[in-house]
Amino acid sequence: MRRLLRGAFVIARRDFAATVLSKTFLFFLLGPLFPLLLGAVSGGIGASVASETEKPFVAVVSSQADFAALDAARSQLGEAVDQDALVRFVHYAPASNTSAQVKRLLATRHPAIRAVLTGGLAAPHMTGPLAGDPGTTGQLRLIIANAKSPPKTTTIAVTETRASSGSLAKDQALTAQIGQGLLFILTILLCGMLLSQLIEEKSNKIIEIVAAAVPIDSLFVGKLFAMLAASVIGIIVWTSCGAAAIALLKPGGLATLPPPAVGWPTFLMLVVLYFAMNYLLLGAVFLTIGAQASTAREVQTMSMPVTFTQVVIFGFAATAVGNPDSIKALIAAVFPLSSPMVMLARAAQEPELWPHLLALCWQAVWVAVILRLGAQLFRRTVLKSGPRVKWWRARRA
Amino acid sequence: MLRQASQTSVSDGLAVEAVDLVKDFGETRAVDGVSLSVPVGSIYGLLGPNGAGKTTTLRMLLGIIDPSSGRRRLLGHERPIDAAPEVGYLPEERGLYPAMHARDAIAFMGALRGLPLREGRDRADALLANHELGEWARKPIRNLSKGMAQTVQLLGSIIHRPRLIVLDEPFSGLDAINQGKLERLIRDQAASGVTIIFSTHVIAHAERLCERVAIIAKGKVAFDDSVAAARERLRPIVRLRTRAADGPWRAAFPPNARRDGDEWVFELPLNGPEPLLKALIDGEAGIETLAIERPGLHDAFVAIAGGDAAAEMGQPETAP
Repeated sequence: MRRLLRGAFVIARRDFAATVLSKTFLFFLLGPLFPLLLGAVSGGIGASVASETEKPFVAVVSSQADFAALDAARSQLGEAVDQDALVRFVHYAPASNTSAQVKRLLATRHPAIRAVLTGGLAAPHMTGPLAGDPGTTGQLRLIIANAKSPPKTTTIAVTETRASSGSLAKDQALTAQIGQGLLFILTILLCGMLLSQLIEEKSNKIIEIVAAAVPIDSLFVGKLFAMLAASVIGIIVWTSCGAAAIALLKPGGLATLPPPAVGWPTFLMLVVLYFAMNYLLLGAVFLTIGAQASTAREVQTMSMPVTFTQVVIFGFAATAVGNPDSIKALIAAVFPLSSPMVMLARAAQEPELWPHLLALCWQAVWVAVILRLGAQLFRRTVLKSGPRVKWWRARRA
Repeated sequence: MLRQASQTSVSDGLAVEAVDLVKDFGETRAVDGVSLSVPVGSIYGLLGPNGAGKTTTLRMLLGIIDPSSGRRRLLGHERPIDAAPEVGYLPEERGLYPAMHARDAIAFMGALRGLPLREGRDRADALLANHELGEWARKPIRNLSKGMAQTVQLLGSIIHRPRLIVLDEPFSGLDAINQGKLERLIRDQAASGVTIIFSTHVIAHAERLCERVAIIAKGKVAFDDSVAAARERLRPIVRLRTRAADGPWRAAFPPNARRDGDEWVFELPLNGPEPLLKALIDGEAGIETLAIERPGLHDAFVAIAGGDAAAEMGQPETAP
């Protein structure tokens, strides 16, 4: 064991230095910022377009008095429901030819008209393609009724509390989803890199020197932990940037984030531990698969099915959010490759800590098992000279 | 029969012992029952044509691959990896990290064998300076010439001061000057008590350097003894030129004597040169020239491994 760890340390130190001290590591650190920037830009454009296109107006052809009553009733309704969900009005004075005016208004593009209300409060009539939009007609019915006879206002005394079980459950489910999502994105970003980790040693033939000097397990463990250490640097940078962005841009800053069931300090510690476990588990699998590849082309061919597999595992883990004690959630927690993501979601929703201790031990055992199997497969299929044996035929060789 | 105690073979004087090593790759048997005994402090050559099984044998001895059957012991250890800190290895296919500085590459190879990195760097600086590469110590491997990179890798295999050095085709790709330097380095290491095993397909190198050789052909050991013993397997060759074309003295020649131009060529008879000389003098053959030549390792190799294997060995690379 001592020899294995010493060898792993030597390999990891070399790999870590080679990764972190290279110029390309800066691009690695900047990498996640590009999709975020792209998302922010496209999200901003999308929101702007949506605000202009998805909220058309109802043209009200009526007297000024009727329109004022309608607008007041709409404002009152706006206190109860989201303003964005409310129909918007634009007023037009009645013309001599009502049907021609309605036809012209329905064709108007600035502003875009959803429907035309004629007949005032006395005989309201809606014209427009409203068959698939019962909400607009329903809102109009309510607004017109209130405009005709405004309801009496009632004052309700409100005592404000910080949270309730209902709000907490919703917030914690959101935290669980965010935690799982982050874990998935980080792992998918980093594990792909492990596919090509052994190409360097294989292509420059140094693998012979390493294999003669240290157990092959050391090579696998060293490579895996070197990438983990480099990833942790990335995560520290990305997390710091993210926290700074939230503190600067979100009113109330970090304190407004929904609190997890185990509390923020424990949750953050578990995020680190489960990230490490998720990374080590999937990384060990990918390192093993990638070790069979001889060329960069083979690695590229492997990367797509590997990514899809990760998506499937994420989908499996996501079923546990909201109901962490269900059979499905328990199966996903026991299955090693989805276990870290499921357990992180559980930490957001359930306060008990002992299941995490158990899960971390279970996951550590599987990291060791996968690494051992990977090293054996590598020895058997890659290191031996002579005719090459395909890894899927290794059992028969 | 191998003994179990860790230091037994070393105290018995054997640095490496292999018994009936077999390696199969699918349907192909690459090594077929190889047994070797390498004395401590010796320079031991594995001689054979390409594809004979030399590299596979070395890889099995070092534990890079496991044998299909048979046993091996390295510096007294049944598991070769246990002896790794005391072994240096230069593989046939040279490899270094191109971006690494020369001194770091050497120190890294030492660190793999248990040498602290800082000490490895200090030793690397000294070794590089001794081999006229001091100014390249802090330059990336990719900037070095092929010969320099090979020297760096060789220094990496001795940086931790091993007791056993295994060199797989170490002269391959080196020019005459660097081959000479490598021979000196091998002799220096052997002089300090280090056991050296190297494989080669160039007989001249083995003949100059080795105290013992194993001749491997088609995965089998055809011979394993001293170079002198290999040469002694053949009778000395007599080359004789006489003034008389024929006479009763011809009866002293062995039956396989043949004419080579104006010379008679035949193996020295088993009863030695005296009866032959007496017959030549008594029969008034008129000796013009008489040479008794000791056969070289190449002749021994041809006799042991066969003409085909000798042909496969090819021409030696430029030798110093």
